[in-house]
Amino acid sequence: MGIDTVLWSKLVTGMTLGFHAIFATLGVGIPLMISLAEFIGIRKKDLHYILMAKRWSRGFVISVAVGVVTGTAISLQLSLVWPNFMKLAGNVIALPLFMEVFAFFFEAIFLGIYLYTWERFKNPMMHWLLTIPVVVGAGMSAVFITTVNGFMNQPGGFTFEGGQFTAVDPVQAMLSTATFSKVFHVLSSAYLTGAALLAGVAAFAILRKGVSAYHKKALKLMMAVVLVFSLVNTLAGDVSAKFLAEHQPEKLAAAEWHFETESGADLIFLGWLNAEHEIIGALHFPKFLSFLAFGDFNAEVTGLNEFPIDEQPALVIHYFFDLMATIGFLFLGISFLYFLFVFWKKRNELNKWILRMIALGAPLAFLGVELGWFYAELGRQPWIIRGYMRVEEAATTSPSVRILFFFFLLLYIILGTVSVLVLRRMFYNNPAEVEMETWTQRASDKSTLKGEHT
Amino acid sequence: MMNYELIGISVLWLFLYGYIIIAFIDFGAGFFAFYARLTKQDHVINKLISRYLSPVWEITNVFFVFFYIGIIGFFPETSYYYGSAMLVPGSLAVILLAIRGSFYAFENYGSKNNMVYLFLYGATGVLIPASLSVALTLSEGGFILKQGETASLDYWALLSSPLSWSIVGLAIVSVLFISAAFLAFYASRAEDHAALKLMRTYALFWSTPTIVIALTAFIFLGQHNERHFQNMMDLWWLLALSVACFMIAMWLLYRGGRYGMAFICIMLQFFSAFFAYGIGQYPYILDPYITIQSSVTSSSMGFALVVAFIGGMCLLVPSLILVFRLFLFDADYVKGNK
Repeated sequence: MGIDTVLWSKLVTGMTLGFHAIFATLGVGIPLMISLAEFIGIRKKDLHYILMAKRWSRGFVISVAVGVVTGTAISLQLSLVWPNFMKLAGNVIALPLFMEVFAFFFEAIFLGIYLYTWERFKNPMMHWLLTIPVVVGAGMSAVFITTVNGFMNQPGGFTFEGGQFTAVDPVQAMLSTATFSKVFHVLSSAYLTGAALLAGVAAFAILRKGVSAYHKKALKLMMAVVLVFSLVNTLAGDVSAKFLAEHQPEKLAAAEWHFETESGADLIFLGWLNAEHEIIGALHFPKFLSFLAFGDFNAEVTGLNEFPIDEQPALVIHYFFDLMATIGFLFLGISFLYFLFVFWKKRNELNKWILRMIALGAPLAFLGVELGWFYAELGRQPWIIRGYMRVEEAATTSPSVRILFFFFLLLYIILGTVSVLVLRRMFYNNPAEVEMETWTQRASDKSTLKGEHT
Repeated sequence: MMNYELIGISVLWLFLYGYIIIAFIDFGAGFFAFYARLTKQDHVINKLISRYLSPVWEITNVFFVFFYIGIIGFFPETSYYYGSAMLVPGSLAVILLAIRGSFYAFENYGSKNNMVYLFLYGATGVLIPASLSVALTLSEGGFILKQGETASLDYWALLSSPLSWSIVGLAIVSVLFISAAFLAFYASRAEDHAALKLMRTYALFWSTPTIVIALTAFIFLGQHNERHFQNMMDLWWLLALSVACFMIAMWLLYRGGRYGMAFICIMLQFFSAFFAYGIGQYPYILDPYITIQSSVTSSSMGFALVVAFIGGMCLLVPSLILVFRLFLFDADYVKGNK
């Protein structure tokens, strides 16, 4: 029964995090896009961009709502499902959790003001300024929460005495060796995903209804962001791999199915394992693992066999890692191709196949984020706090967690379905072109009215 | 050497009080919106309710998370006992909060006036305070079983205890009373006379049950936890102040006119009762397992949290003032001209 409860605890938390990750990523990524669009719109005096900011922020609110409630769920589940973890770790990680609430609060306040003050300022730049606290607040929330994840991977900032963390230095705990690479990768992938989603939506709209000025501009702007952040994100991935090689070698080794310590290690792509743990059918990139891990083709990479069997992560993370990295490189490819076609006059960047790839990119980006998080979380196990507490020691002992799993599953199905329905109704019944027309109509009516008064 | 446990618990108790006031307004508003729809009076008040709630709905939720993170930050051991015991009621509250928060956004930004949304909005407004109030009951002791290393909730003791039901009842009627009184004030500011008349009736209607159930809960507390009851009796002047504020509020509501003053009196009524309750429970967070001294975090973490708190407040207070000026106290906005 004990094992069973642990399994259900893992499932309920994994499910909540998996569902929350979608909305958390949007919550960090989209505000930057809204801010960019509004800024360009004001500078260029182009209403299309202002409309982008308006429409995106309307849709964003739905994702924020789901993000808030699932975020509340996960924060409470930390105590409800993992009471022993919070009892031990609460002494060290309370500070970033506390600050995350402040950062989110800050963001929520300014988002509220932003949404309700479109027409209230004389100078439109005043309204744009409101996006800054939203972008910063969202980014800082991600930073603080990621430091908690960093701590679970690389615990530090305390001494361990009699099963307790003592002499705690909360700031040092936040700035663990894992923090920089994790924060970097989380932020870059969130901005990439936000832009990939909006580019995907624009591409999809063009495919369905033909080219319109609004969607063409949205696509180009978002593809530019995709290009920049897929470059940054590739760098962040590289930094993360180098961090793992140095500080958490078992995670990298499990992801790469790298069993024996050797120099000049091959990078293994996909494949499968037979009963004797031999790799079959994989692509081998000679010496690339050493290069990925240390930037040197002949460096020595620690193998998984150096670690006791009961401290090795599950080997399935190999696929998560490979697929995540593939998706990352796909974005680099698609966005290069798109801009190649933009500048190469003979080609049309609105080519059907390019648009299809971009549209497909939107769900792929989220898949990449999910794979990345599942890799990060499963790759840390069996530890919940690496080296100090194992997952099974941390879980609740209450068997009710099993039934709660199904309650939460139902909740997420309902929330997911209804938010898709609401977003569909919000945008399908009110296409950008129509909204643009009624909007300019109203604006000109207003100005003629004013003209009559004076 | 600072007393982080005392600073921590005071600030947290203050935040919990703040949460109770703003969340109860919100919870009750949901119920009234639904009830008005059922009795075909929705045209009178629902516009007012949605004008007030639109800008503030996320803020309410953050207050709750803030309190929760604060208490496990300052007193990590609470996480173990309450986390183990609250798994079921806590998860139910989370699910209800999730439904309420997201459906509020769906309704507000998606479709208007959907009956299902309104029902969920109304029902969760009553059920969330009911399930969360279990935590207060637990703190009185006698409901958590400890066997070796595991703590678990004694459901039978909880469900058969008159104390726990009277606390649930008190939570529900307080929601309706506080909310009605606030909305009456908001309607008077908006100069919406029809809504004002209706909300004033609701406020007067729910006032008597509030004070009756509060007394009932107090008597049951005396039977369940003698120590807490005696400590509260020693704070008789706070309780007397609470009753006095209630009387003034009633008189103001009955006479009509100064609705802002009436609401402030109700806030004071709850403030003094809430603090009499809290101070009476000192030093326990969970009788008899956790006291604030036994569970307090290390002084370095306590210091860091206090610094983070002050820094955060420097950021938030000006922003909140901005929100209030733009929405709550901007007469044009309240009246619907913006």
